[in-house]
Amino acid sequence: MPKITYIEASGKEHVIDAPNGQTVMEAAVKHAVPGIDADCGGACACATCHVYVDPDWLAKTGEAGSMEQSMLDFANDVETNSRLSCQIKISDALDGLVVRLPKSQH
Amino acid sequence: MSSDEIKRVIIIGAGQAGGETAQRLRQAGFEGDITLLGEEPHAPYQRPPLSKKYLAGELTMDRLLLRPANVYAEEKIALLTSLRAVWIDRAGKKVRVEGGRELPFDALVLATGSKPRKLPLVGADLAGVFTLRTAADIDAMKPHFVAGKKLVVIGAGYIGLEAAAVARQLGLDVTVVETAVRPLARVTSPEVAGFFLDEHTRQGVRFVLGGQPALIKGSDRVTAVGLTDGTEIPADIVLAGIGVNPEMTLAQQSGLTTENGVITDAQCRTSDPNIFAIGDCAARPISFFDNRLCRLESVHNAVEGAKIVAAAITGGKPPALEAPWFWSDQYDLKLQIAGLFQGYDHIVFRGVMTDRAFAAFYYQGERLIAVDAVNKPAEYLGAKMLIQTGRTLPREVIADETRPMKELVASAK
Repeated sequence: MPKITYIEASGKEHVIDAPNGQTVMEAAVKHAVPGIDADCGGACACATCHVYVDPDWLAKTGEAGSMEQSMLDFANDVETNSRLSCQIKISDALDGLVVRLPKSQH
Repeated sequence: MSSDEIKRVIIIGAGQAGGETAQRLRQAGFEGDITLLGEEPHAPYQRPPLSKKYLAGELTMDRLLLRPANVYAEEKIALLTSLRAVWIDRAGKKVRVEGGRELPFDALVLATGSKPRKLPLVGADLAGVFTLRTAADIDAMKPHFVAGKKLVVIGAGYIGLEAAAVARQLGLDVTVVETAVRPLARVTSPEVAGFFLDEHTRQGVRFVLGGQPALIKGSDRVTAVGLTDGTEIPADIVLAGIGVNPEMTLAQQSGLTTENGVITDAQCRTSDPNIFAIGDCAARPISFFDNRLCRLESVHNAVEGAKIVAAAITGGKPPALEAPWFWSDQYDLKLQIAGLFQGYDHIVFRGVMTDRAFAAFYYQGERLIAVDAVNKPAEYLGAKMLIQTGRTLPREVIADETRPMKELVASAK
């Protein structure tokens, strides 16, 4: 099962075994990683699952779609490596993925 | 009661509002007993996908769960499923459950949700007639969702139209009967309703608008829906999507103040200071709308209520409030809604409907009060931000599509 590392804004790390097919958001929420609210449950409707993808992984996670990009434009502290984690689907290719969490989702 | 005297919290209702309350109490450092009581056999799960991806067979139950079932035990949350609370003893601060057991509380949270209205018609109990609220409702209906079957949806609200969209995608023959002269009459403007009517019609859904169902025909299974004008619409399955009523039986039995919902203050406290009410069953003042008492049926309301109650019980900092928000997925259309459109007097558009990407902004005088955005997320988020910060934009400015939404929001006062 792919391992995903989530790093809170405080620096605290959470390493999660995440099943293929789930999203990076779902794996975090199901393991109660603080800092990913994901109020809408992954419908790309709330922009509260913002993460920063570790630059080494950007090629593998791909780019935000147009809907996602529009949502991200309104998130706080957006960087070029910002993504909505509900739009990143977990696969073997993402085994070892590292994402950092923003200070706040609102 | 001050927060350090609260040692035992009971939450009645294990939907999203109840589940989030338990989780957020622990996140806020509450170390006392938490009992989460639910009538359904499942741990708390998300309801919105039921009429969308769950009905379409694209999501399984384990992915609907807010959190895996084992997490509750790990966090010492007593999750009691398939169990109904039958009585609240306010003076003795106890909840009686089916079977007679009594559970004591210092603080009680009512998150009892809502119940779908049943069709007030002869034949409404026939096999093949469904309502849509729980995973069990979908599990019962789903086997009949096969290509060629005839579905009649009664009620053209969001739930009915979402189910109609899934049914068309699965190849069913779909007719929607609505007593009003247009779909979505209670929830959006005639303009946006007209767009959805056209989309569904293009996808092959038939509409009977202004149609009054008179009875459901059939001997043991439904065979048709009869209208008052004598029309008969053949049906293998009937889905009643005619709205919900708040579940307030316990609140009423115990004498809490109720109207269209259990009435609470902004802290989600009912007329009994030891009892809170949140989610679909409750009505609270919404600060962005002149503290109007609103009973909102939405994920936003469920989650925000949970955050408010967790803060109130632990004496923590109250959450930043959001403008009410909602969404609906139909075909490849994502409708995102922020604010409350009731009472608007002007409507302004960005984008055009024929592009299947547009936003309708609702104004009351100069004030922006709501947006319906179809495949226009920036317009949705921008308007939501304006509403929850008490700002607005002149109507002619918001309509100027040469300027990006983000720039407009930054310029707003």
